[in-house]
Amino acid sequence: MVQLTLPKNSRIRTGKTWPKPEGGKNLRKFQIYRWNPDDGENPRVDTYFVDMDTCGPMVLDALIKIKNEIDPTLTFRRSCREGICGSCAMNIDGINTLACIYGMDEIKGDVKIYPLPHMPVIKDLIPDLTHFYAQHASIMPWLETKTNRPAKEWRQSIEDRSKLDGLYECVMCASCSTACPSYWWNGDRYLGPAALLHAYRWIIDSRDEATGERLDQLEDPFKLYRCHTIMNCTKTCPKGLNPAKAIAEIKKMMVERTV
Amino acid sequence: MRYLTDRKRAVGWGSAKTGTAHFWVMKVSSAGLLVLIPLFLLTFAPMLGQDFETVSAYYERPFPAIVAALTLWVGFMHFKDGVQVLIEDYVHGTAQKILIIAMICLSYAAAATGLFAIARLAL
Repeated sequence: MVQLTLPKNSRIRTGKTWPKPEGGKNLRKFQIYRWNPDDGENPRVDTYFVDMDTCGPMVLDALIKIKNEIDPTLTFRRSCREGICGSCAMNIDGINTLACIYGMDEIKGDVKIYPLPHMPVIKDLIPDLTHFYAQHASIMPWLETKTNRPAKEWRQSIEDRSKLDGLYECVMCASCSTACPSYWWNGDRYLGPAALLHAYRWIIDSRDEATGERLDQLEDPFKLYRCHTIMNCTKTCPKGLNPAKAIAEIKKMMVERTV
Repeated sequence: MRYLTDRKRAVGWGSAKTGTAHFWVMKVSSAGLLVLIPLFLLTFAPMLGQDFETVSAYYERPFPAIVAALTLWVGFMHFKDGVQVLIEDYVHGTAQKILIIAMICLSYAAAATGLFAIARLAL
């Protein structure tokens, strides 16, 4: 049965308010989710103040500044700082997005930062994405061919290549899947928008010869048909992609080969 | 504790090889109801507040009787499929199976009761 309330040991409490930086004139308040698996305490929300005059414009800049100058125990993933690696996905101001490309000028009032929703938390802002990655692997995210390899490369027309635009750009940050209520309730069986967008990317690749097998794998009430076109995935995607459309296209193909 | 690999958890029991038929039936019944419900309202509305003899005579005519019967049948079959999805979304385990069975029984019973009522009026 769906759980509508958090278990006692997951309820979020008010945490520590860290001192304001000395001499700061342009201070901004940050409320950040904290949880440490080693101390046995409930999750809490700590309050930090950052001087925006000495901070970069993006949320990740502020997080790095907090870690470097205020609280070195704050834990989060980050790598490329330009929206390519997908590491710093988190819930900022109620939106799943990438901290590195989300400007603080887009947020009104305090900056509230939580880990991606409805995922097990490893520590602070780091969700456990093991199952998410395994689901991605299960859709065979590679070119499947049966014909002998050509001497040079698998050829593709410009038109067929353009069909992959809006799909190949996905950086697997998990913002979409963790914004999807269907994935919250049935994430163990429903593949979620990210894995399905990748599935569609390979289904419509003109060079791929496993289209039928790929569709067969998705012919399932849970793997594919838990998508109820809620559209949270498309609304939240920090790369501006449209996973809901990709899923709708898979459903259309499923119907077309049946009816 | 079960020592399953991440991949095994993700793949589960594999594809159930079903789902599209349910999806397609839902789409077709939605489209059908889009036509049927306005027709039903148009044909049913004039009978509101009328006495039994007038309503009975009205539903002896084929068009309002067939529209009402189709609306009831298609509506309850759409309800059956829709609520099944809803239950699958929010309830898991044995309770899910029991609720789905109960809901299927309820849908057929309600549809049959409606059809019987129309038949009684019409015949």
